[in-house]
Amino acid sequence: MNIREQFPQLKRSVYGKPLVYLDNAATSLRPQCVIDRWTEISSRSTANLHRAVHHVAAEATEAYEAARDAVREFLNAASREEIIFTSGATHALNLAAWSIGEAFINQGDEIIVSEAEHHSNLVPWQMLCGRKGAELKRLEVDDSGRLRIESLRTLISPRTKLLCLAHVSNVLGLVNPIGEISRICRENGVMLLVDGAQGVVHQKIDVQALGCDFYAFSGHKMYGATGTGVLWGRKALLEQMPPMFGGGEMIETVQWSGSTWAPLPRKFEAGTQDISSVPCFVQAIQTLQSMPQDDGLKEYVYEELSRMEGVRIFGTSADLSEKVPLFSIAVQGAHHEDLALILDKMGIAVRSGQMCAEPLMDRFGVTGMLRASFAPYNTMQEAEYFVSSLRKAISMLK
Amino acid sequence: MTLKEKQEQIIDDFSLYEEWLDKYEYLIELGKALEPFPESKKTDDRLIKGCQSRVWLDTEISDGRLHFSADSDAIITKGIISLLISVYSGRTPEEILQDDFSFLDALGLKENLSPTRANGLLSMISTIRAKAAEYER
Repeated sequence: MNIREQFPQLKRSVYGKPLVYLDNAATSLRPQCVIDRWTEISSRSTANLHRAVHHVAAEATEAYEAARDAVREFLNAASREEIIFTSGATHALNLAAWSIGEAFINQGDEIIVSEAEHHSNLVPWQMLCGRKGAELKRLEVDDSGRLRIESLRTLISPRTKLLCLAHVSNVLGLVNPIGEISRICRENGVMLLVDGAQGVVHQKIDVQALGCDFYAFSGHKMYGATGTGVLWGRKALLEQMPPMFGGGEMIETVQWSGSTWAPLPRKFEAGTQDISSVPCFVQAIQTLQSMPQDDGLKEYVYEELSRMEGVRIFGTSADLSEKVPLFSIAVQGAHHEDLALILDKMGIAVRSGQMCAEPLMDRFGVTGMLRASFAPYNTMQEAEYFVSSLRKAISMLK
Repeated sequence: MTLKEKQEQIIDDFSLYEEWLDKYEYLIELGKALEPFPESKKTDDRLIKGCQSRVWLDTEISDGRLHFSADSDAIITKGIISLLISVYSGRTPEEILQDDFSFLDALGLKENLSPTRANGLLSMISTIRAKAAEYER
């Protein structure tokens, strides 16, 4: 079946023009199988998980736990207890920051965060450092957007406990060499946390091969349901970390004198889970893995943008295998917001603004950027329409 | 021309353009024609919150009338500001406060802007209203 047939939203139009959806890095579209699964659970199998003995509760619990197995396999995690469901990558990162902080971070310790992070992988660490009296250090990027990995060894000190960075930056689209970075971290006894919100979409993920300690991502950027996310962590570390939220099935015993915690992963899943959405990870992963391979669209767009006068691409690489089909640009003499607004009226959905990465905007000396992010269901024809529409928008503004 | 008459004139002008891209072309022209705004006035206290683009609005009062001047780094936003200035600049605080700003609905501007930009437009309006309230006798 044609991949586009699976995504009903691709059939719609805006302002009388076919929708060309190029904001996939913010939220990808949802395939029919995810919508169907969500509807099926909502209409047939809604019941609270893990606690009741009745039939429907068992069905709901099975669906939820099947998603955990699917995610474990997807990540090649060592065990299903290492998969913690959250409401999204932001929730996963905040949970990690709180619980890592309580378990491992003390006054005077250091946490290194890359300069190219989404606010969701920066602000929780700032908050943690404020709470614990720890120091936040910055791993810089060069003008091409590449991490200055060579500076990492000097940046790491005996007080450094943790390095946090994205697998793929949501602004630059460059794939960071996690394997190389994890080796440096291991040699120095530094934990490595990877924000995989963009990474899971375009990369085959094997958390054991990557060598990181934590990996976080969202469901809604990988064709899944909104309001879902995952924190993966090494069991030995997760077991030492206290829960952030209390209540629900995260307890073992509760007494006035105090409570004890349920084993992994329930310890970190307080309250009622998203019963309908989390099971859709099964269908989302199937969709992701059945997506067609790259068809030259990335090379075409990159080439065209590189040739356009006054256009600056952020996140450049001579080797496009190191870049996902995500293009952030600034156009001389044309504001990103004006461009996005004009493209919108041409039926093209792109992102404009700071893209939740204000420090990175400052690093490159811009107030915002225009970002077009492609998914495998985008066609070459759409790419060509984007390029010609962008040219037209620029000429209108100059 | 009264405030209402000016609004009707703008609604008429705007309705000449059927396509949104043409309406934008018109706003871009208005933005380009807006009187230059001195760099020295681009201060934080003149910056309007809620816009993806930056908007600075300056207010002066003479003979009991408010005079607005403004700038933005985005040209379509600048065009919208130009519309607002042409309607509300040179009016008394009472005239501004009596208006319900509904002419923007007639232009279809609010619902056709992205939420962030619509917020920016609402911020511009509330700033103009706040200035009028500040100077009301």
